[in-house]
Amino acid sequence: MKSVYPFCVIALLALLTGGCASQAQRAPVAADPFEGFNRAMFSVHREVDSALMRPLAKGYDTAVPLPARMSVSNFFDNFRDLGRSGNALLQGKGEAGATGLARLLVNSTLGIFGLFDVASEMGLEAGNENFAQTLTHWGAPPGPYLFVPLMGPNTPRDLAGWSVDQSIYPLWRHVDDHPALRNSLAGVNLVRQRALLLPIDHLLDEASLDPYAYLRDAYLQSRIAAPDDDAYRDEADAANADVQ
Amino acid sequence: MHIFRFVVIAAASLLSFAAFAEESATSATQLTPDALVQHVTEDVLALLKQQNKGGKESNTQKTIDMVEAKVLPHFNFNHMTALAVGREWNKASATQKTTLAQQFHDLLVRTYANAVTSYSGQKVRYKPFKMKPEETDVLVRTEIQQPGGRPIQLDYSLEKTDNGWKVYDVVVAGVSLVTNYRASFSEEVRKGGIDGLIKSLSDKNASLKKNQEKP
Repeated sequence: MKSVYPFCVIALLALLTGGCASQAQRAPVAADPFEGFNRAMFSVHREVDSALMRPLAKGYDTAVPLPARMSVSNFFDNFRDLGRSGNALLQGKGEAGATGLARLLVNSTLGIFGLFDVASEMGLEAGNENFAQTLTHWGAPPGPYLFVPLMGPNTPRDLAGWSVDQSIYPLWRHVDDHPALRNSLAGVNLVRQRALLLPIDHLLDEASLDPYAYLRDAYLQSRIAAPDDDAYRDEADAANADVQ
Repeated sequence: MHIFRFVVIAAASLLSFAAFAEESATSATQLTPDALVQHVTEDVLALLKQQNKGGKESNTQKTIDMVEAKVLPHFNFNHMTALAVGREWNKASATQKTTLAQQFHDLLVRTYANAVTSYSGQKVRYKPFKMKPEETDVLVRTEIQQPGGRPIQLDYSLEKTDNGWKVYDVVVAGVSLVTNYRASFSEEVRKGGIDGLIKSLSDKNASLKKNQEKP
């Protein structure tokens, strides 16, 4: 993702100019040792969003009708089933691994190259496995909180997981020799994801006294909750089985 | 794109407040917690559907009134505020506690009423619920199903009171919306004491109200 580099430069500048000053006035948060830096990144992210991502997303939302937008989403999502399947297997979830592969096969064929999510309608529901989870499963610690412009809340563990998921994402490998096509696809992918959030654009600002802290804490809370997800789902499934 | 996921999660919380609808206080005291959640959710969703057929702009105040009228009887805002404030809660005087709970209530109602205007036909699935008769603190689990998106887990913590079951926390995909305020609240208390936090909250509410009145 070459496009990220300019933001790193901006981010460093922001850090040098203002990031450090703001940290001195706050009580330190143990999970967020680089808060000054992260807050600077958060501002950069919001600047880029209001100047670029939001207008693009609005254009996409207006210009492209809903059925087409759903197909675009399905197309990008379809390729993710391979990674989900692999990660499910690495985490010892055989059934989820098989479901992921079945989804990929069904949607790539019956779903016409993934444009339609036929598999979900057949009851093959998408998993949410990724390599960051696999790393967690193997006992890797999360590391310090990091806010990354354009990506959002992160930790080194999640970033490492994301890199691995991207490197095995089949679409990128197909278009590797065509940088223009690859960059366009990456751009569309980013814009369509941003467009999903347009209806709730102001929520973070409205709900919180400190949007940065609110987002960080939601992320960290969900990271603590994540390892329990399986237990949670198993329990829910067991309860479902009782009823049937 | 983690940030997106978390904003989506935040948005789902709107439905949590939508979930507590018109239900006369007397009959609500007799409902089991899961029945309360389900009954009220369905009522509010139906009302919202009706309301959102009109223009969105004109509806914000209406939605606030509706959410307020329906949320109040079924939420324990005192308990919610205590959880959000954390340790510092015990240092507050009775008057400060009342004011804090009122301001927190206003913030949540206003935020979620605004968010609710973007409601567009999501469905709620109620997960199987079991409790022992002697239990006084339970978790009711639901799932928001949205067209073209992944379902979002939305759970309610309820406690038994003399006036029926009351919600004291809402958990969206493992994130407690109430305790999520803790870091920023304790930062406000550290800077300006309990009164500092009250002031920040009331300033926040005032500015939200002003924005709403803008055409």
